[in-house]
Amino acid sequence: MTQPKRKLMSTSMSDKLFDGTNIVVMCIILIVTLYPFLNVLAISFNDSHDTVRGGLTIYPRAFTLKNYETIFAYQGLITGFYMSVLRTVVGTLFGLISGSMLAFVLARADFQARKFVSTFLALTMYVSGGLIPVYMLMRDLNLMNSFWVYVLPGLVSAFNVFVIRSFIDGLPFALQESAKIDGANDFTIYWRVILPLCKPVLATIALFLAVGQWNSWFDTYLYNGSSPSLTTLQYELTKVLQSTTNSADFRGKNITELVTSVSPESIKMAITIVVSLPILIIYPFLQRYFVKGMTLGAVKS
Amino acid sequence: MEAITNHNKKPGGLKRNSFLYKMLQQKYLYLMSIPFVIWVFVFSYLPIWGWTMAFQKFRPARSFWDQDWVGFKHFVDLFSDDRFFLVMRNTLAMSFMGLVANFTIPILFAVLLNELRHQVFKRFVQTVSYLPHFVSWVVVAGIVTKMLSIDGGVVNQMLMGLNLIDKPIQFMGEPHYFWSIVTASDIWKEMGWTTIIYLAAITGIDPEQYEAARVDGAGRWRQIWHITLPGIRTTISILLIMSIGHLIQIGFEKQFLLGNPLVIDYSEVLDLYALNNGITQNRYSFGTAISIFNSVVSIILLFVANGIFKRVTKESIM
Repeated sequence: MTQPKRKLMSTSMSDKLFDGTNIVVMCIILIVTLYPFLNVLAISFNDSHDTVRGGLTIYPRAFTLKNYETIFAYQGLITGFYMSVLRTVVGTLFGLISGSMLAFVLARADFQARKFVSTFLALTMYVSGGLIPVYMLMRDLNLMNSFWVYVLPGLVSAFNVFVIRSFIDGLPFALQESAKIDGANDFTIYWRVILPLCKPVLATIALFLAVGQWNSWFDTYLYNGSSPSLTTLQYELTKVLQSTTNSADFRGKNITELVTSVSPESIKMAITIVVSLPILIIYPFLQRYFVKGMTLGAVKS
Repeated sequence: MEAITNHNKKPGGLKRNSFLYKMLQQKYLYLMSIPFVIWVFVFSYLPIWGWTMAFQKFRPARSFWDQDWVGFKHFVDLFSDDRFFLVMRNTLAMSFMGLVANFTIPILFAVLLNELRHQVFKRFVQTVSYLPHFVSWVVVAGIVTKMLSIDGGVVNQMLMGLNLIDKPIQFMGEPHYFWSIVTASDIWKEMGWTTIIYLAAITGIDPEQYEAARVDGAGRWRQIWHITLPGIRTTISILLIMSIGHLIQIGFEKQFLLGNPLVIDYSEVLDLYALNNGITQNRYSFGTAISIFNSVVSIILLFVANGIFKRVTKESIM
């Protein structure tokens, strides 16, 4: 990002006022964004009986680890953690392979069926069968109460394919031609030549896929709600959070029923932290990748 | 499959330019794409076949050929259901509120971010602003509910502290607040993320323009008004037009997670309406009719959006 050199000019009074106000506005935005997370963090480490008194801000008044001990003793959360990790890893891996393979094929201008495959794929961005027909299809395919319902429906994303393709388009085609002269077939070119060069765009797509997998709860609710062994962290959190407001709508037992000795509030907040922490730790390191990826996607689509 | 086993042999008898010859040459490209084409067919196109359910008295146990056909009965039911109009009102209201909020606040934020002189501070604000995008709606709904709660929620505490209210407001239980809560939560979650595109567009503006403006004595506000905003006008209009196509596809996650029985008359949107009828009450055919309505309106809106887009830019987004 090139910033115009402003220091050369003398800053006027109104410009100084502008800068001051701007910094104040930015600080307010920082507070509004961060305060809720810090508040949740404080409550999660606070003694549950003390929490009921209210008035907690950004530090725990009576520090304790008991809330975390309680939730980690709950089987649903352990299973949920395992499932969330598994679906994130498998879903991201499958998504990367399918996305990059299709992108590679569609980036080949000489491919006979390119126009057809490309249109066939692009249409899925605009037309969808809708909630109920998809639900019935999953039932007919025996994907209810199965791990694969987390991975298969979202396997090919047209958007991801087009983002990766526009990246491959930017690579010199001579690379592919020289590999071809050396006797490599198209699959080898994809695997040995193109894939290693796609690392930056694949990092972006991997982040999008992983975040999507980690954060989804609705598929668990809709398809696997009656299989405790397939529960996910987000779904467990949904159950706990909705237990006070919307309990009639939810299936199964929740933690607050199981552990009555602890304030539900602290438990909720502890689970919230456990659920969000992995992604919050990772994302700042991938910032340059997703900023590039977003920009690339926006320009091309 | 024969193509693989024979791949060392010269495909004798075929002319070098014939379709089949080329097909054999590109067998790997075919093998790498056909599985996914089949996949797309199954998971994206087969559900459209499921639309036939809307014209049947669908019974899950029967095969397609044994279903009773009822014509447009479910659509007639849909358009004569009072609930449907309530749901459309909610969907469009939240959609428009989201549209207005998303095309003012993130743009303003991007412009202000761009004006920050201190690069480290700017980077820090940006990184923090992306944070809520990465947590799930489940978490955001939990946080919003907590912040707005009557016992210890920061919003009520602040309002009480400023003596603006006498007793805490039950935000989540008040139907009239629901649309605003959804819109505000959306902005809180996605504002920073949305700025990425605008900041990229601002970066593309020629720095010399600012230089020239300063020589002419233009202050910061005038530079924003006459250079930055016009510089990202194209980006704004493209995104605005594209969002028309998604007017009624606003999703249901926020409404599902933030809603509760007290506010249901303001929180139920089209997808939730389909979910409640189609799956909770097993009215599959009626639920499918809602889905079809949703898809058809979206496609019409998309064509409208594309039409406007063509007029404006002489290009097509489809």
